[in-house]
Amino acid sequence: MSGIPHDHYEPKTNGEKWLNSRLPIVGLLYDTLMIPTPKNLNWWWIWGIVLAFCLALQIVTGIVLVMHYTPHVDLAFASIEHIMRNVNGGYMLRYIHMNGASLFFVAVYIHIFRGLFYGSYKAPREITWIIGMLIYLMMMGTAFMGYVLPWGQMSFWGATVITGLFGAIPFVGEAIQTWLLGGPAVDNATLNRFFSLHYLLPFVIAALVIVHIWAFHTTGNNNPTGVDVRKGSKAEAEKDTLPFWPYFVIKDLFALAVILVVFWAIVGYMPNYLGHPDNYIEANPLVTPAHIVPEWYFLPFYAILRAFTGEVWVVQFASFITGGIVDAKFFGVLAMFGAILAMALAPWLDTSTVRSGKYRPMFKWWFYLLIVDFFALMWLGAMPAEEPYATFSLIASAYWFAYFFVILPILGVIEKPEAQPETIEEDFNAHYGKADADATPAE
Amino acid sequence: MSHAEDHEGTRRDFLYYVAGGAGVVATGAAVWPLVNQMNPSADVQALSSIRQDVSGVEPGTQLTVKWLGKPVFIRHRTGAEIQEAQEQDAEGVDALPDPLARNFNLNADAPATDANRVLPSPEGEAPGAWIVQMGVCTHLGCVPLGDAGDFGGWFCPCHGSHYDLSGRIRKGPAPENLPIPPVEWVDATTIKLG
Repeated sequence: MSGIPHDHYEPKTNGEKWLNSRLPIVGLLYDTLMIPTPKNLNWWWIWGIVLAFCLALQIVTGIVLVMHYTPHVDLAFASIEHIMRNVNGGYMLRYIHMNGASLFFVAVYIHIFRGLFYGSYKAPREITWIIGMLIYLMMMGTAFMGYVLPWGQMSFWGATVITGLFGAIPFVGEAIQTWLLGGPAVDNATLNRFFSLHYLLPFVIAALVIVHIWAFHTTGNNNPTGVDVRKGSKAEAEKDTLPFWPYFVIKDLFALAVILVVFWAIVGYMPNYLGHPDNYIEANPLVTPAHIVPEWYFLPFYAILRAFTGEVWVVQFASFITGGIVDAKFFGVLAMFGAILAMALAPWLDTSTVRSGKYRPMFKWWFYLLIVDFFALMWLGAMPAEEPYATFSLIASAYWFAYFFVILPILGVIEKPEAQPETIEEDFNAHYGKADADATPAE
Repeated sequence: MSHAEDHEGTRRDFLYYVAGGAGVVATGAAVWPLVNQMNPSADVQALSSIRQDVSGVEPGTQLTVKWLGKPVFIRHRTGAEIQEAQEQDAEGVDALPDPLARNFNLNADAPATDANRVLPSPEGEAPGAWIVQMGVCTHLGCVPLGDAGDFGGWFCPCHGSHYDLSGRIRKGPAPENLPIPPVEWVDATTIKLG
């Protein structure tokens, strides 16, 4: 299925031929595993494997946790304690699942920003990018609903605040919110449906991951230079690429092993570091915790949600031209989802013909500022909603939108890119010396 | 069909549209129960009405009760608090972020004066001594804290909305005043919600 010429699977034995003429599954797996991959991929390209691992880890630990969890408002909190105290190794499984979510988001953010820097979203990889954004949205939905299941104070109030976002939609908001919750407030009906969907969505994600891989196996991987693999002939393509197995699989597994050392250290020694102590207090609909904070991976977008209050002129202007339909609350919701939509639209907002940020002298600095902005928003999302954080949040949110809607379109026009290498081979040789026989794939 | 060749196309088109239309209707009919099951179930929907004894609520204190899964604030205001609330009134309701009373017991266009927000007092008590409102911030649904905020009323810790002593939004992201639920006195010391 790849556009890069390479050797395909040939069934040799009678048994293989018998199977292949009925179901060519071995050929499909072979072609997927042996896909020609640009040989200059750097360490930023390992996160795809980490993400695949995280998905498998979360599904496996999740399935066993469900064997001991009870989705009922009276029993959920106690059943988590049951897992922690009574179930054999239950505390470990739960801590892996909890921190696995964090590892999942660390990986996805690095993966997304790698794509933003090296122009992986640009033609012809827009579909890969869009599918990726859908996966990211589903991940957020899954993580959010999973956090509700322990039925602690943060679970309950996080669910109240987030489902309240839908209540902000003009006219139909309240009906939608009631429909989502199954009642006037977060209660047993909400917990039950979130449990059902939390179990379902990872499998939808798994299906989308297959589509994601299918899409970029059709176009071929991007690479740090952004220069296309030569596709004229198999011999030419082989100068630019190496098969995924074993070269990149081993590299990725090595990286995964290093990452897992850190992950296990966190699971073993500080399993609650990334969580919130308030979630060890059972949910109480009559008491709001003094400071509701979402999980760290939602903080940047939470900061954007809170940044647009009624005092901001953009919000007042939007309210004025829509005759009050878009109020401050709805504007915040639109801004939060808009911030993600902005990322999804990057392939069409970026006007530069150069893919990789390596060769874009001005882009680089704006991109580094976006990274700083992302961390600033993450910090601001955890701060209370008061000055000076409110003003900082507004500035940081404004930059997020400016990057996608103003800077990316303009840079492509005014920027003078640096010289790019002619081929991936040239870039590879410049880094690692002249290719020798060892670097040629074994047939 | 052999003797009506010129009608054959029309007949096929007709069957095509009928079959297609039936397919759409059947799909809709199949999907609707799946969507509708998520709406509030009968036990949740069953109109809930509760009675609450408020004889123990001293002036200057507040009772929080749960009604329809949400907290309701029943506040017994002191004379000074009533006076302060009415002073805030003097600035005029049009100066408020939300000029409407949001009182279920009044018309939807009633202005947000203190008098339109309070519960009519039982005999022997100063007007405006009782105010009953949903304890749900109109921003994103947190429970505001009593005796807090820049206006002496309620303060929502989630995103910093300040409500005054009449539960009217004065500052912060919340768009509306705290809503007043259907409420009435059933006797001198008992309130009925719903």
